[in-house]
Amino acid sequence: MWQVATVTGVRRETETARTIELEVPDWPGHVAGQHLDVRLTAPDGYRASRSYSIASAWTASHSSTIELTVEQVPRGEVSPYLVDVLNVGDPLEIRGPVGGWFVWKPEQDGPVQLIGGGSGVVPLRAMLRAHASAGSTTPFRLLYSVRRPESVIYVSDLKELASSDDVDVRLVYTRDAPAGEPRVGRIDADVISEHAFKPGDGATTYVCGPTPFVETVADLLVAAGHDPARVRTERFGPTGGP
Amino acid sequence: MSETNYLDGNAAAGSLSELFAVDLTSAIAQCNGCGRTSVFAEAHVFVDAPGMVARCPGCDSVLLRVVTRPNDTYLDLRGLTYLRVPNS
Repeated sequence: MWQVATVTGVRRETETARTIELEVPDWPGHVAGQHLDVRLTAPDGYRASRSYSIASAWTASHSSTIELTVEQVPRGEVSPYLVDVLNVGDPLEIRGPVGGWFVWKPEQDGPVQLIGGGSGVVPLRAMLRAHASAGSTTPFRLLYSVRRPESVIYVSDLKELASSDDVDVRLVYTRDAPAGEPRVGRIDADVISEHAFKPGDGATTYVCGPTPFVETVADLLVAAGHDPARVRTERFGPTGGP
Repeated sequence: MSETNYLDGNAAAGSLSELFAVDLTSAIAQCNGCGRTSVFAEAHVFVDAPGMVARCPGCDSVLLRVVTRPNDTYLDLRGLTYLRVPNS
């Protein structure tokens, strides 16, 4: 069922990505990793909807507040409006939360490996926030592939999360690396074997990013001996979602 | 597969939530084409077709189609032998 949320805050994350805080009356709560659909209606009645991951963890103290982080897709139908036009006080039609597969719950067993490409980090950030707000001591590792330092979403947030003993954050730069980081290149078998949990560690791995990124990383994990049943994936593409 | 313009079953969750009382992304689906069983979240979902099409990640057969029109929605499930949904 579609309902109308109200924008209560906007925050620029990078040149092309923005976090939007929404107030949703009667929000039922959500599990980290779930997403929602956003629908825009043009004056002539034309409608377009897209799926976006929820970036925040649900907390009882802010039970009707959620955050989305939207990366602008060139020539997109929905994302340019969300990133450049939508403002505080505006209404936004949403449907959700949806999805029960690509989710993490604090009571789940075993360590957690998160692997994100670009804005694929959004649902992983929700999992990290859920981990922090639950006071969980489950070991979490995040491998986050970005083009360059300026492309990193949630810079200060990730620094804060990485200060926890239970969370390890590792960035991989595919185009330009900051000073002091010699490696430039995509996630490969070496990165997986050096920074990810080992197949015997009993970890659940969550991979989110553009389809080619997810296919590559999932194949690398399986080739390294990880149980495909413990690798959960979520793909997004230039068309967004239905 | 070289073509990577698909998404996955997660992207279908919103549309399917209008039709099903339970979340289908974590349901186990059996393909009527090749017999493979997998979590529906792993299906390849195409949203650039008229409507939405979910295909088997193994044999590429159509598992499910959803076409939404202004006043009604078509749901075509012929490519699925079954859906196994956990009891809540």
